[in-house]
Amino acid sequence: MTIQPASPALDLTEARRRRAEARWRYSKDTYILWRRNRLMVLGTAIILGLLLVAALAPLLATHNPYEQILNDRLLAPSVAHWFGTDSLGRDIYSRVVYGSRVTLTIALLVAAISTPLGMLMGIVAGYLGGMVDEIMMRLADVFLAFPRLILAIAFAAALGPGVENAIIAIAIAHWPSYARLARAETLNVKNNDYIQAMRVLGAGKARIMAGHILPLTLSSIIVRMSLDMGTIILTAAGLGFLGLGAQPPMPEWGLMVSDGRQFLVDQWWVSTLPGLAILVVVMGFNLLGDGIRDVLDPRQRQA
Amino acid sequence: MTNVQFIPGDWSLAIDLRLLVGRYLLRRLMMMTITLLGIMVLTFFVSLVIPMDPLAALAGPQAPQETVERLRILYGFDQPLYVQFGRYVSRLAHGDLGMSFQTSRPVFQDILKYFPATLELATFAILVAVALGIPLGVLSAVYRNSLLDQFCRLISLIGVSTPVFWLGLVLLLIFYFKLGWFPEPGRLDIMLIEPSRITGVLLVDSALARDWEVFWSALKHLVLPASVLGLTGMAGIARITRSSMLEVLSQEYVKTARIKGLGEFLVITRHALRNALVPTVTVIGLTYGGLLEGSVLTETIFSWPGLGRYMANAFLTLDLNTIVGGTMLVAFTFCIVNLLVDLLYAFLNPKITYAAS
Repeated sequence: MTIQPASPALDLTEARRRRAEARWRYSKDTYILWRRNRLMVLGTAIILGLLLVAALAPLLATHNPYEQILNDRLLAPSVAHWFGTDSLGRDIYSRVVYGSRVTLTIALLVAAISTPLGMLMGIVAGYLGGMVDEIMMRLADVFLAFPRLILAIAFAAALGPGVENAIIAIAIAHWPSYARLARAETLNVKNNDYIQAMRVLGAGKARIMAGHILPLTLSSIIVRMSLDMGTIILTAAGLGFLGLGAQPPMPEWGLMVSDGRQFLVDQWWVSTLPGLAILVVVMGFNLLGDGIRDVLDPRQRQA
Repeated sequence: MTNVQFIPGDWSLAIDLRLLVGRYLLRRLMMMTITLLGIMVLTFFVSLVIPMDPLAALAGPQAPQETVERLRILYGFDQPLYVQFGRYVSRLAHGDLGMSFQTSRPVFQDILKYFPATLELATFAILVAVALGIPLGVLSAVYRNSLLDQFCRLISLIGVSTPVFWLGLVLLLIFYFKLGWFPEPGRLDIMLIEPSRITGVLLVDSALARDWEVFWSALKHLVLPASVLGLTGMAGIARITRSSMLEVLSQEYVKTARIKGLGEFLVITRHALRNALVPTVTVIGLTYGGLLEGSVLTETIFSWPGLGRYMANAFLTLDLNTIVGGTMLVAFTFCIVNLLVDLLYAFLNPKITYAAS
């Protein structure tokens, strides 16, 4: 038997070249859409700034964020203390700078706990269907029946105050929406031909779910995740503010706002400046998430 | 989901539709019952993991061991968990949520007492959110992709990105402490006496009592907290208004209205907006339910004697019965609001049937 030369349409190198070209065009379009969306550029800049500040905190901070100089209590913003000092004489600017690390850690850990959990539940429920699906989705319904902040507060109170427990509590409040999303995506693709082909070839359920369905759900989960980042940070700050999240002396922004409450009238900077940091960062995430959603929306690309 | 064309005069279809909606409602109610049971299990679980011994709290710190033991048997804590859960459910079915440690009153009565204040606040907040959100959404859709659109989107994003507790403090600082335009935190001037309680909603009670001084004071106290809460709800309303306006504006009948020479303002308000509002109404409903959660932080800042502050205090003092009862009631309300919103959507949009899904 002689080996037939591959027909041009199936030529592997040609197909690879075209695919690479299409990818290149796609990323170029993405870049154009990104640049056209000024709000998204702003959001990207804010988040890059946040990452930079968190990474370079020791270089950017002018003081030790934990050092208390009681003689310098409640100083107004000045050249020596850019954001002033708090009631224990700590430099607020340095605490805000170090606080970026706390905020990022919380947001990333919540994402690292709740998305895999939600995806696991959603994909298994969607792929297996039947009783498993019914049980898992009713479970998700129960969690979705609570307003997220209330659920997070309830678990934070139940587990005891502390930043680790706050992270767990927020993750508990967030996994069901990812489960719902992953399930919907799974239902969309599970009867596609290539999945059927895998099944015919004898691939196990676990292998199909992990290797072939999971990658397909990933992009919509990422979009949702980026839109949720802001909410997560706000919830964490709210828990800190209520005293149920991060505990003193940790430089957590919500906690710092709460610390300054009693000095609001005469020393406005103690409360307002850390709160402004929350606002800017959350807005950055929201602008970025909004933009990502627009950029990935195929309807936008036709224009 | 199948779309059924609703043809006026075709009654067979209408009856069909009613049947479908009825079946859908039945299924939703059954699912909701399961969810409510799940909520009970979850709150029961929370009450188990809370790091506080309810017996020690009941008996007091110096109680001898045997008193605690007697209480344990009296309150059934010696029974296996499923028996305890059964009793818990039957207590709930009788509307008994236990006593609050904070106030030493039944939790249920407390909730009834604090709820009207939250209702008043949330209602004003949703008015603020709608009054700002819909115009912002319409403007951004009409001037799509222009600078004005970006500006409107930025405004609504700021609303959703602002920490409520911080915004509350800043507004208090500016408008109460510095400018003195609005009164101190709380529901009423301390010098004024609350009107006799009829509904618990101060504006209504004072209006019924014709006590305009109290009415005015209550209104002034509402402005700041309602604005704070309303700004957080504005973004969702603006976003959905924008996207559904965009969809409607590209449709044929809008073109027809333009062609027949109608002014742009009338086209937008009378023809486009009215149809675009269908999805917006459902989002408004959901936001209204969601304001319950925002009220926890807002009420704490503004010393608003509502459910949110009551709950926040309960969480901080680990007031077990209040936490369990309150969260459960909030979840119940949330469920019912969601169901009502879904039904409202079906009601507003006759093309929708829920049969196939």
